[in-house]
Amino acid sequence: MSKLLKTDGRHRKLEGWPLVFSVLTGLSILIGGTVEFLPLVLLDSSVPRISTVTPYTPLELAGRDIYIAEGCGNCHSQMVRPFRDEIERYGEYSKPGESIYDRPFLWGSKRTGPDLARVGGKYPDLWHVRHMDDPRSTSPKSLMPPYPWLLTKQLNFEGIPAKMKALAALGTPYSDSQIEESVAAAQSQAAQISRNVSSNGGPSGLEDKKITAIVAYLQRLGVDLKKSTN
Amino acid sequence: MESTQNPASPISSSPARITVTFDDQITRYFVIATAIWGFVGMLVGALIALQMPFWQANLGEYLSFGRLRPLHTNAVIFAFAGNAIFAAIYYSSQRLLKTRMFSDGMSRFHFWGWQAVIVSAAITLPLGITTGKEYAELEWPIDVMITIIWVVFAVNYFMTLRIRREKHMYVAIWFYIATIITIAVLHIGNSLAMPVGLFKSYPIYAGVQDAFIQWWYGHNAVAFFLTTPFLGLMYYFLPKAAERPVFSYRLSIVHFWSLVFLYIWAGPHHLNYTSIPEWAVTLGMTFSVMLWMPSWGGMINGLFTLRGAWHKLRDSVVLKMFVIGITFYGMSTFEGPLLSVKTVNALSHYTDWTIGHAHAGALGWNGFMTFGMIYWLLPRLWRTKIWSDKLANLHFWVGTIGMLLYVMALYSAGVTQGLMWRAFNESGRLLYPDFMETVIQIVPMYWVRLIGGLMYLAGMVMLLVNMYMTIKSADEKPTDAAITVAA
Repeated sequence: MSKLLKTDGRHRKLEGWPLVFSVLTGLSILIGGTVEFLPLVLLDSSVPRISTVTPYTPLELAGRDIYIAEGCGNCHSQMVRPFRDEIERYGEYSKPGESIYDRPFLWGSKRTGPDLARVGGKYPDLWHVRHMDDPRSTSPKSLMPPYPWLLTKQLNFEGIPAKMKALAALGTPYSDSQIEESVAAAQSQAAQISRNVSSNGGPSGLEDKKITAIVAYLQRLGVDLKKSTN
Repeated sequence: MESTQNPASPISSSPARITVTFDDQITRYFVIATAIWGFVGMLVGALIALQMPFWQANLGEYLSFGRLRPLHTNAVIFAFAGNAIFAAIYYSSQRLLKTRMFSDGMSRFHFWGWQAVIVSAAITLPLGITTGKEYAELEWPIDVMITIIWVVFAVNYFMTLRIRREKHMYVAIWFYIATIITIAVLHIGNSLAMPVGLFKSYPIYAGVQDAFIQWWYGHNAVAFFLTTPFLGLMYYFLPKAAERPVFSYRLSIVHFWSLVFLYIWAGPHHLNYTSIPEWAVTLGMTFSVMLWMPSWGGMINGLFTLRGAWHKLRDSVVLKMFVIGITFYGMSTFEGPLLSVKTVNALSHYTDWTIGHAHAGALGWNGFMTFGMIYWLLPRLWRTKIWSDKLANLHFWVGTIGMLLYVMALYSAGVTQGLMWRAFNESGRLLYPDFMETVIQIVPMYWVRLIGGLMYLAGMVMLLVNMYMTIKSADEKPTDAAITVAA
């Protein structure tokens, strides 16, 4: 140790060799990441599959991308931890197999608002429309910003097949026919949500707006875990 | 760092000597950019801090919290701290290596390219063009720009090392090398994605793997963008300002290698109790706790450098800034390992405690070290006196008090909310089943945080004013420093 660290020692010599120094530094910083990451990729047991978890529908995918664009993840997490209080408050804790199709993952880092991992099915579609339009209409003391433009801006249905193609290339099991029919499927799901909303006293004409996509996405969160296997 | 020319002996022939002029202009550019973007980034920070307790401050689609928060983080990390890092590196490396930068052209490409990246961020992020990954929100075309700029920076730097006249690399250089190499690896690793058009992409990773890669990147952005280059800054500017040598050579070696090796493993502490495998979290936690030691090695080396020089603080705003900066570094690098411990993290995760922790480090360490460096550089780079020493000292006090208010407010909010979330009543039911109850409780603390943040911003404005007035009083073309060396 002394020969290494003295002011005339071996490390001092190393301080005169920038290339060797840089290579050693480079190796040092590669070790930790490699050791921690490789098993996650090479070992299937790292992410046990859940058979009822399937990819997002075309409309839900569009909604997920709106969630990302609006930065919802800055205030909302999507990760229920295995604690008694979280399970009481949010539902079953989140499993690794639930996010296998999540690109990017949206587990979040902050709960300015509540966790959303199991928000699917908790509120009716109309509640979500009202809440996004004016959060205080459903939640009086809320700090959430209003998102009224989601009820007026058109959803880009035509852009959905390209998204699915990209995800399919990365490994999400979308079939060619699913991609071909995705625009129609999205429009159909959007129309259904729009009918739910208007028939319950909410605004009409939302079937081609961004709000139906985000509602579809939110209604999907956490739902697959409880699906039956048939 | 100037030396007088050797008078030639009348009998023997003395070796030829040349003058090496440092490129100080590039440092001037980076210093000005640092101050401007610091103001912009902190202004956005103040706005989003207001938006939290006062939702009406969400001024429409493009200025809503969700769009602006990433703009704030990118601006303060990459624009403010980034330009500060480059100012430190360009100024100190030329002097430590006794050479001008290898290529003035590459230096300027680096500068203007970096500012272009920042402007791209300022345009795309409010438009909702984002990857959704923290501190890596910029979409793929900007990521490509960053890669090109970083490669040019790296080539310029390593070629400068190659042509150096001072053969021995001082400790600051080691930290700069670690920064340049590791940021390249992290940026490329976490940005790998499949594009869908010009403004959207999906990461090649999904779910658990994406989470891991994101926090391998995210934590090590703190390590190798917000820590190592600032340690390099400390090792150069503190001994200069204090006119004292660094406390311990051996400590610098030990803490450098242990820091660069250990830091990388700490990523999973951002994912405690989430669905990544437990073994990864345990590794992350263990290495995070170990990381306390090399970090405090840096703090000790810094603070002990002031042995016998503490009296100088009274008359030096630069030293005041550095001491508070290094102290906050010590606090944050103790708190970080503390927060990595699973039991503590179970309470703190998702609360404002995390934000408080981040800002203690960012405002205290990164901010104050940058301010100290700038106040030291202003008279030297512009060859004039600083316009107002009083204003600089006022900046120091207002900034320090602002930081303390900020951090205390968020510790209070974080612990309060964390405890309320997990509280049960006697019949085994949640005591606060409505999330809203926990929000209402902490709103007053959000207001205190805003006050603290506004004070810190006020300090930033003071620096901008001082910088502007100092430059105004200087020559239009201040001379660059030069040394004479053997040919």
